[in-house]
Amino acid sequence: MDILIDTQTELGYIAREATLQIAEDLGMSEVDVDQTISFYHFFSQKPTGRYKIYLNNSVVANMMGMKEVIQTFQKELGIRFNEVTSDGLAGLYETSCIGMNDQEPAAIINNRIFTRLTPFRVKEMVRDMKEGKDIDDMFVADYGDGQNRTDLIKSVVSNNIRKIGPILERNFKPGQAIEKIIKMDPEEIIEEIKKSNIRGRGGAGFPTGLKWEFCRNAPGEKKYIFCNADEGEPGTFKDRVILTERARLLFEGMVIAGYAVGATEGILYIRYEYKYLQQYLESILQTARETNYLGKNIQGRKGFDFDIRIQFGAGAYVCGEESALIESAEGKRGEPRDRPPFPVEKGYLDMPTVVNNVETLCAAVKVVLNGGEWYKSFGTIESTGTKLLSISGDCKFPGVYEVEWGFSVNDMLDMVGAVKEDVQAVQVGGPSGALISPDEFNRILGYEDLATGGSLIIFSNKRDILADVVLNFTEFFIEESCGSCSTCRIVPTLLRNKLTKILNARGVKQDIDDMHEWGKILRASRCGLGQTAANPILSSLKNFRHLYEEKIQKNKEFDSGFDLNAALKEASKATGRVSII
Amino acid sequence: MSQFVKFTIDGTECMAARGQYIVDAAKENGIYIPTLCNYPGVKPKGGCRICTVRVNGRLMTACTTPVAEGMTIESEVHDIVELRKSIVELLFVEGNHFCPGCEKSGNCELQALAYRFRIMVPRFPFQFPLRRIDASHPKIIKDQNRCILCKRCIRAIRDEEGRSVFAYRRRSSRVEVVVDPKLGKQLTDELAQKSMDVCPVGSILVKEKGFITPIGSRKYDHEAIGSDIEHIRMTKI
Repeated sequence: MDILIDTQTELGYIAREATLQIAEDLGMSEVDVDQTISFYHFFSQKPTGRYKIYLNNSVVANMMGMKEVIQTFQKELGIRFNEVTSDGLAGLYETSCIGMNDQEPAAIINNRIFTRLTPFRVKEMVRDMKEGKDIDDMFVADYGDGQNRTDLIKSVVSNNIRKIGPILERNFKPGQAIEKIIKMDPEEIIEEIKKSNIRGRGGAGFPTGLKWEFCRNAPGEKKYIFCNADEGEPGTFKDRVILTERARLLFEGMVIAGYAVGATEGILYIRYEYKYLQQYLESILQTARETNYLGKNIQGRKGFDFDIRIQFGAGAYVCGEESALIESAEGKRGEPRDRPPFPVEKGYLDMPTVVNNVETLCAAVKVVLNGGEWYKSFGTIESTGTKLLSISGDCKFPGVYEVEWGFSVNDMLDMVGAVKEDVQAVQVGGPSGALISPDEFNRILGYEDLATGGSLIIFSNKRDILADVVLNFTEFFIEESCGSCSTCRIVPTLLRNKLTKILNARGVKQDIDDMHEWGKILRASRCGLGQTAANPILSSLKNFRHLYEEKIQKNKEFDSGFDLNAALKEASKATGRVSII
Repeated sequence: MSQFVKFTIDGTECMAARGQYIVDAAKENGIYIPTLCNYPGVKPKGGCRICTVRVNGRLMTACTTPVAEGMTIESEVHDIVELRKSIVELLFVEGNHFCPGCEKSGNCELQALAYRFRIMVPRFPFQFPLRRIDASHPKIIKDQNRCILCKRCIRAIRDEEGRSVFAYRRRSSRVEVVVDPKLGKQLTDELAQKSMDVCPVGSILVKEKGFITPIGSRKYDHEAIGSDIEHIRMTKI
């Protein structure tokens, strides 16, 4: 993976000659290397231009004016998506949500992030490109808040931390937790984590203590701790903020997990979109190494060796699924594995592996410092602790909020300054979650009700739920499917076609029923992506059925979705004959 | 720990060696669970999802899940049979399958499954994708129209140095199985034939050879797929 990323970064694309060379060096066939390259969308096989511009097509980006931004880029550069200007100056590409929903429209250009774009700003940027300006000299706004300003990041990204709690609090003292655990038995730590009842924060909600215990008890010469920082669920960006502001806390969480399960190596798997944080994160690891909070015999504890390396992904939502993430870290296509065996038994390089979300590992540090009982004092009985929410969409204060579980959607809307009468729907848990209507705003966030990895998107009355939201989410799932399991590869496309048919006013009642039935097939998919790929449609069918019913033809039982006369129009015009059908 | 485990499939008590995959364990007990991407001697991948069963209430693929003591497996129940049938239909509409003119007709597992599930016409709309045919290799033709992306060739066919001859390319609905330009040219007759045999459909065909076994006396012409396991002979039609 690193060879490919380096080639891509250095040359702007991976040429066929490079692929052949890599294949030869690794003793592989060309297609074997190619299958990995062609899987990830940040790898290109053709020249991409000196400025490589990625614009994301997330719902919120579109809501905030991405369309105008795209049009301006296209007009100013004279190219469309997937094209490079004839002089090789710039290439324009489309990508999925880049984790900047609270400051859209945003773009990634040569691994640097540009936020809050306007057509005016785009014109300026294109002018700068034509003048050959260095990418770092193209920022006109002041750098963002907090660590975004440091020399190692220098980014215009804002943290937008709106509410802090026990995880984000400012008084964390680096090293404290590690000094404490080295005096404890690994089993004691696992007990404390189990006592806290903390569950995985990525969305799936598996009990963390159990995961650690399984891994500790699994036989294996070597064990690994992975931190999953691939946050790709559209609308999520809280891990980006933790990585920017509390990276040391996260790394200590990995050290603690390593000590508890008996692992010696930690790997931070981080999405390529956050490449701009690389130098900064490396420097934090370096400081920890220099002060012996990483490395050999940590803090004098004999035999306690642990180090962390950073592994970048290359653009694939499915790699947030833990076994796909492991495959990707092994340099393969990010295709989920069949389970059993689970990663805790056979994970990275077939060794026992723990994969935890960024937030989970941070919370584990606090549990170790303050005890499981303390942690349980937050949240509800079934959902203990706090949750970092990434809130975006139609509200006054989008950003990251740390709240206790048990928080209702209503409270959330008040908190973020949404005009409640004007809220049409809230997407809880990203596209794979649920789209809920005002009747359900009294529901609470927690594993017992609305489980979520933390993405909340608010839609006001002016949004077209089916065309702007459901269609966008469904297309996201189509694009992000790894393609290896039949159901997830085929069904979402069929559902999208049905939805488009309805949006084009050609739908009939049967189409709604079909969507409902066909959506269920996806439950047989291998991973969470496939299993939830119909959720945007199934969830909107459940809560916003009237929107579908308004659009279908009332007095018709069948519509082929094909207009023969329209199709023949051009031919009729050319021949001067009129179709009689 | 005993070497054998007891479990039930649709209420029938079964016994098999510990660690065996459900699909193989079922076979030993005379129960057929349809498969497509599974191939004897090749690591299972759970790609086609046709062997989906319900294990203790959860949907799992029988080709990748080992049997365990006391497992309750549901296989021939209405919703699962419907699901399998849907998947066969999905594979048909995803590509372009013209059975009457296909060299593999009668030896094709996809076609055989369609017969077994008594599919007359798929309930899903045909996608009619534009797919290529790669005939650039001296020994084989790779017809993407008929490929069901099961990965059998990818997993089973390697050259003497262990390098993959076939691989996936791209992802999502754009994924395809491609032949290595160099290794494809060097393919031996033996490996070319093996590639064709591994392919459950007619996507990999050996060149300059065809219809040696006439239609009518092919593998599934008289017996439904799986009937060798069930020892049930279909009445000749």
